[in-house]
Amino acid sequence: MGEAFHLLASGNHEVVAVTVRSLGVSGSATLLAASFAIPLSLAIVLKSFRGKPVLLGFFNAMIGMPTVALGLILYLLFSKTGPLGPLHLLYNPVGIMLGQAVLITPLIVSFTTSALEAVNPDVRLLARTLGASNLQEAAAVVREASTGILLAVAASFNRAVAELGIALMVGGNIKGLTQVLTTAIALETVRGEIELGIALTVILLLIVFALNLAVNLFKRRLG
Amino acid sequence: MQGKALLTAAIILLAVLGTVLYFQATGQSKVERLTVATTTSLYDTGLLDLVEEAFEKDYPCYDVAFISAGTGIALQYASRGDADAVLVHAPPKEFKFMREGYGVNRRIIAYNFFLIVGPESDPAGINGLKAVEALTKMVEAGRAGKALWVSRGDESGTHSKEKALWKMAGFNPERLRGEAWYLEAGAGMGKTLLLANEKNAYTLSDVGTYLKYHGDGLISLKVHVGESKELLNVYSIMAVNPRKVKEVNFKAAMALISFLTSDKGQKLLAQFGVEKYGQPLFNPAVKTIQEQKSSQVAQWIAEYAFLEGEECPAQYRRAQP
Amino acid sequence: MADIVLELEEVSKAYGDVKALVDVSLQVRRNRILVVLGPNGAGKTTLLKLMAGLLSPDSGRILYKGNPVNAGLSRQLRRKVTMVFQRATVFNTTVYENVAYGLKIRGLPKAEVEERVLEALEKVGIGNLRDRKARSLSGGEQQKLSLARAIALKPEVLLLDEPTVNLDPSSASAVEAFISRIKPETTLVLSTHNLFQARRLADRLAILFRGRLLEEGEASRVFSSPTHPEAARFLSGETFF
Repeated sequence: MGEAFHLLASGNHEVVAVTVRSLGVSGSATLLAASFAIPLSLAIVLKSFRGKPVLLGFFNAMIGMPTVALGLILYLLFSKTGPLGPLHLLYNPVGIMLGQAVLITPLIVSFTTSALEAVNPDVRLLARTLGASNLQEAAAVVREASTGILLAVAASFNRAVAELGIALMVGGNIKGLTQVLTTAIALETVRGEIELGIALTVILLLIVFALNLAVNLFKRRLG
Repeated sequence: MQGKALLTAAIILLAVLGTVLYFQATGQSKVERLTVATTTSLYDTGLLDLVEEAFEKDYPCYDVAFISAGTGIALQYASRGDADAVLVHAPPKEFKFMREGYGVNRRIIAYNFFLIVGPESDPAGINGLKAVEALTKMVEAGRAGKALWVSRGDESGTHSKEKALWKMAGFNPERLRGEAWYLEAGAGMGKTLLLANEKNAYTLSDVGTYLKYHGDGLISLKVHVGESKELLNVYSIMAVNPRKVKEVNFKAAMALISFLTSDKGQKLLAQFGVEKYGQPLFNPAVKTIQEQKSSQVAQWIAEYAFLEGEECPAQYRRAQP
Repeated sequence: MADIVLELEEVSKAYGDVKALVDVSLQVRRNRILVVLGPNGAGKTTLLKLMAGLLSPDSGRILYKGNPVNAGLSRQLRRKVTMVFQRATVFNTTVYENVAYGLKIRGLPKAEVEERVLEALEKVGIGNLRDRKARSLSGGEQQKLSLARAIALKPEVLLLDEPTVNLDPSSASAVEAFISRIKPETTLVLSTHNLFQARRLADRLAILFRGRLLEEGEASRVFSSPTHPEAARFLSGETFF
């Protein structure tokens, strides 16, 4: 344990690089996923169309998708001889980012839809009678559901930053390029670098705890 | 209101784009990428970190990335064009890979011996025996309830080796699976060693992982059977055939092959682990094969790891891409 | 006629098989208060939502200052006509932000937003609550907030749907007093099931029963000599809705 904390305290270059990469990849994956999953959820909630329960059921089911299974599918897509091969997303942090965005989209959609559905329907009428356009009306509903949406986004980031399957299959755990916290923990531990594994685990937990603390504080402020 | 929403959207987009560009910029500099698929047991020794450093110093135009996977998946990666070279230790699978037209220019770079390790008290009484005899005694002791065996059980190269050894000793590993003393880890070498240590059991290990775990004080298992023909482990590297798989970086793969078979590369292999464990993890194979054809180890290598009597028969060689 | 702000022409609206409104024709005149009187379920809320541009009619026309309002124009209508709901609805923000919402989405400059918010809050007498969370207010305070939020927009027509029905008596009389105060300079439509409230407030009176308009006209005339027998029986207090 001693060495693990030394690695943390000394700001070991490798540890810092892996942490920053994890935050960057999963953070942008979360932003990317949120930027289309939240509007999608809004459309699902605000518009009435046939097949709505089926679509929601699909997203709910996809939440349970094992990351290794998704990793395998993405690997086959991103592989040089695969359909998306020319994009060079394999062994590329951008590929991991896209994969994690795909992974967490169902989570954001499902949680956000619930949060939006919980908003008093009169709020929509209220925004409209106060002169809101369709977009402004949607924004008002989003604001009412902001606590729930924030929780959905935070939970998604947690899932992205803590997932292993995609980062391993798509990223390949290449040192200095695609190694992220989870792949480093998995592979360093296997090769006996248990101290490093512990240090990285502590960082991962700190990130997740810090985020949840921040969300809880924010939630209290929103009331 | 709308302005704010647009601003937020713009910031999000910029953040994502910025990250993408940053990764693209850092990931794809002017140097060419060389991707090498390798097996976990080799990757786990830490040797490849040194290889990468030394190779990139000599060949600054290349950026090596080692992808660690099971032997089977490593070969899959290569056949799909996702690796330019493979570095593995499973001769029969390598031969198949070559015959299918994927692998070319194979070079044997190193060898070492698998180890049969177990509790210091040696309840099965196998210390110093030959591998086949040791396994026979292992079965007797196991059936008598005196000793346990942990199998990797993960279809890895080491697991293939173990199964081959059981067959040599006259047992069907599929039948052994049902017996109470025969446990299966279904995990990598490190975890298998930890499990064997926990259960006071015997297991087959590669030397690198064993020395590392033993040196770090994680396990107290002892080596009971070491250097013998049946336990030989041979590492080779192959380039992926650019005529069969398009877009592989053949030139870079050849550069790594010549680096690893050069005196400098061989010396690197030979010295790895000496400082840390007091003994080398790998023995360089190039000179052994070329100069000491009559030595016992060279004969063992030829018998175990040669295809059609050669390291790499002419039809599997390519000078040009 | 120049003083007709809003006009309904034979408007019908149904929810599935339930006919909420049948062929209703009605006029809203400038700076007068039209009281829509009717029992629960008569279609009052539907009528007000149609006027507010929150629903579109199944048949018939709605005209704003003589121009027919079609679906595309309903937002323009919503910017001129503001409705206060029967059950007070608030955004989960401060009182100030609630009132400022409609002004901000109209793109008014910050200083004007602030001025109009404070003015509206003072008018309904809750200036002291401006920084409170709207959800933490009592029912009466929330209804006053709803009124402030509506009048801050200075709408051409203010629609009040049973504005006192969910309130305790003292809040109810405060709200009614406020309505009387703004009456002279505001075009108002107020729905109620309360005959006495209608008598106290109405300039013009419309009596709605089971989705049909029984009678409509100057309040004094309708109260004194109703033409429709059903309306007459109700106004005389013989039947309660």
